[in-house]
Amino acid sequence: MSESMMTLHSLGPAVPEIYLAAAICLVLLFEAFIGARRPGATGTLSLLVLAVGAGLTVAFADVTHRVVLFDGSYVADPLAFVLKLAGFLSVAVALLYSRTYLRNREILKGEYYVLALTALLGIFVLISANSLLTVYLGVELLALSVYAMVAFDRESGVAAEAAMKYFVLGAIASGILLYGMSIVYGLTGTLNLGRIAAAVSAPDSLGVVLAVTFIVVAVAFKLGAVPFHMWLPDVYEGAPTSVTLFIGTAPKIAYFALALRLLAHGLAGVTVDWTRMLMPIAVLTLVVGNVVALAQTNIKRMLAYSTISHVGFIILGFVAGTASGYAAALYYTLVYVLVSLGSFGVVVLASRKGFEADQLSDYKGLYRRDPLLALAMAMLMFSTAGVPPFVGFWAKLRIIQALWESSHLWLVIIAVVMSVVGAFYYLRVVKLMYFDDAPQTLPPTERSLGVRFALGVNAAAVLVLGVLPAPLLDLCAHVIH
Amino acid sequence: MHDYLLSLLIWLPIAAGLVVLLLGERNIVAGRWISLLATLATLALCVPLWRDFNTHTAAYQFVEKAAWIPRFHAYYALGVDGISMPLIVLTALMTIPVVIAAWDVIKARPAQYYASFLIMEGLMIGVFAATDALLFYFFWEAMLIPMFLIIGIWGGPRRVYATIKFFLYTFLGSVFMLAALIYMYVKCGSYSIAAFQALPLTLTEQRWIFAAFLIAFAVKVPMWPVHTWLPDAHVEAPTGGSVILAAIMLKMGGYGFLRFALPIVPDACRHLYFLIVVLSLIAVIYIGFVALVQQDMKKLIAYSSIAHMGFVTLGVFLVYAILRNTGTTHGAAMGMDGAMVQMVSHGLISGALFLCVGVLYDRMHTRQIADYGGVVNTMPVFAGFMVLFALANTGLPGTSGFVGEFLVILASFKANFWYSALAALTLILAAAYTLWLVKRVVFGPVGNERVAKLTDLNGREFLILGALAAVVLLVGVWPAPLLKVMGPSIQHLVHQAVATKIPA
Repeated sequence: MSESMMTLHSLGPAVPEIYLAAAICLVLLFEAFIGARRPGATGTLSLLVLAVGAGLTVAFADVTHRVVLFDGSYVADPLAFVLKLAGFLSVAVALLYSRTYLRNREILKGEYYVLALTALLGIFVLISANSLLTVYLGVELLALSVYAMVAFDRESGVAAEAAMKYFVLGAIASGILLYGMSIVYGLTGTLNLGRIAAAVSAPDSLGVVLAVTFIVVAVAFKLGAVPFHMWLPDVYEGAPTSVTLFIGTAPKIAYFALALRLLAHGLAGVTVDWTRMLMPIAVLTLVVGNVVALAQTNIKRMLAYSTISHVGFIILGFVAGTASGYAAALYYTLVYVLVSLGSFGVVVLASRKGFEADQLSDYKGLYRRDPLLALAMAMLMFSTAGVPPFVGFWAKLRIIQALWESSHLWLVIIAVVMSVVGAFYYLRVVKLMYFDDAPQTLPPTERSLGVRFALGVNAAAVLVLGVLPAPLLDLCAHVIH
Repeated sequence: MHDYLLSLLIWLPIAAGLVVLLLGERNIVAGRWISLLATLATLALCVPLWRDFNTHTAAYQFVEKAAWIPRFHAYYALGVDGISMPLIVLTALMTIPVVIAAWDVIKARPAQYYASFLIMEGLMIGVFAATDALLFYFFWEAMLIPMFLIIGIWGGPRRVYATIKFFLYTFLGSVFMLAALIYMYVKCGSYSIAAFQALPLTLTEQRWIFAAFLIAFAVKVPMWPVHTWLPDAHVEAPTGGSVILAAIMLKMGGYGFLRFALPIVPDACRHLYFLIVVLSLIAVIYIGFVALVQQDMKKLIAYSSIAHMGFVTLGVFLVYAILRNTGTTHGAAMGMDGAMVQMVSHGLISGALFLCVGVLYDRMHTRQIADYGGVVNTMPVFAGFMVLFALANTGLPGTSGFVGEFLVILASFKANFWYSALAALTLILAAAYTLWLVKRVVFGPVGNERVAKLTDLNGREFLILGALAAVVLLVGVWPAPLLKVMGPSIQHLVHQAVATKIPA
């Protein structure tokens, strides 16, 4: 009996995953027996599940220790705690924003929420992965859920095309990842990331370089880094906007964890190899993302390319190859998720039944039609451009600081120049909303009070964290050491 | 109260701006009065600032320090010395006419208009009061947002082009400065400006940092050849926007050179001073000629601003020319004094001139010089003010415009005869373009029917132009208090500017 008690007790750190898996079953049953007759009930239950989950995560959190479970394949550390909490919150906010959108398109179905929750489970598995097997499990669980979400509106040909593209390219990336992992296993004879880290220490050996190459390519693909970014704008544009909102936010947390666990932890001994590979990727990503975004007329595509450019900044944090750089990348990721929730959220809220607000011109004179939405969007755009007093400024500052600490003069120059290029297309959105007159034909925006309140909090957080950045900066530095 | 006087100066207008914004367009009458009271209260707060300012020390005064980002040793640190204090007073002073001038002129979204300027005022004071480089940059960049909206929402026909150009130019300049600031933080572990000033740097490092500063500040000043955003921004901006741009925002470039470039990278400045001198003289002479041919009143004043700001950068960097020529720094302080007085004076005069153009524009809705003529016949009181400010712009003795230019020219004699000869050309050029402007707009027979129907200044306009005229004359006749306030800080700065920071 004492043994089983101990086992139960030792499962404590894995509470988020266990809880979420059980909750998914509950939501499925609920949908089958109750939710099917009451559209929206499953959505409410899912939000409740996420709120309780966030509470449980906080309650069971051990923010000081690093605990390894399940024969070394699972790790619960302060970093995992922070990322999971962010995962719960961002998925909850994304689902909250999407509700009316889903109802208007008659895809407000329980399965949507179940898929979102399984994707979140995949995110968690990835966050806590401590062996190559767990990593792969998480990657696939997340990816398969998301493919289905992209294709969720089965009437939409564009969405089906996007899902197909995503699936095929995603499968190739998974294959590449597996191939890299198999080489690592062949070299070290272990799947455990800790033991791999201890075993792999010879940079420039052929086998290691080969393995690192495959893993870097897979990570770059998942993050959407150039030249493995082609799927991203198509998927963002083709997917229902609520799904774009989803895949543009929470999964980035997981892919940050993927990069950190595989490269910065598992392959720490050959940091010099993979930073050298990431450097050109980061530069290309910054340049292509920002320059191509300039030419977009579709806001979803524009935000997709903007995402790519942010991925470039996150990778720059990894290029620094130091704890400070990883902390900067973590901070950037969290800030990116917060701001993207808001900006994709605005796109969702500006859309109505039979009308997708996906062209930039749909935002003309938004200030006159909906001052709150316009103000929130303006704050989010200035934040993404990296202008104080908004939080995006600190994200860029941290990356530049990390680059200076590793003496990357040219990367600093490229980063700051590209942030100016980026500012142009964010300003263009503000210009459309505030300086242009509204055409009469545009439908009104979402008026649901709760959702608008959430968006207001989201935008206010961007300002408050910008004026008082210390707590989040400290947290990020604390969990990565 | 002195313990948090500077914080009050920064946050009072910002808080008032937020209140006006929240009250919204429906309560605009209340919003208007709150705006006016807030700007007056901000100026009133400058009274103890000026009165209790110790004119015998170069140290920061009214200092405040609170933890902001402890991990990065960035503090909410404020303080003023003789260089920043007059500029804070100037900021507080020049925001008042902006609010009054908008009183019943701005019809579209007035609450947001006032709120933008109030928030702007707080941020600008923050720029001058920050003694922490990160805080400085925070205010410096944040300031772009209200100005972007001011030009973009209330501006003229080409406002979108102008405001995006303005934003991107200044943003491009600033990010390099940010990179330089972070570099120095990584080297010395603090964001305090004083720590940067004490940080030893090799000549190569200093050159890079100087380049970053030069891009940031040259765009802001603006110096030739990165000045092209200014005429566009000025022409399109509403009157208030032009006033704040010319009176305060341009000064930030000059302030940046004094606070950052000279004391932080003195060796690079000594090596590259000639570049600045040449660019300044080009601004003074070439831009002076450009101003001559302008058809648009605002554009003419905008170019005149660039030319006058050339004097500021010239005065600041004369110290190195004097050191090279005479081996001493005797007279260098005079150049910097001149630069500072010129900044304050130009803030007053250019602001007043833009307000004059605003007065005409509100009545005629055109800024083309050709549309006017003989305004003196219908608006004699206005004509008097316009002529006064125009003469001040040309540097007439007895006005503030004379003091700064005279000091800079005097100091440039010590450096090089040719500098002063070329700089003195401005006395002819400025007189030519300004007086010709006055001749075509104000004097002569009544130009057309619309001019014939003009009505003279109303009480509101008289009040603001009259008050500015009084200050312009006061500084011109009796600049001693201003020079006294700046004295020790300028002396200290000269000392810093010629000391070497290259590690032995």
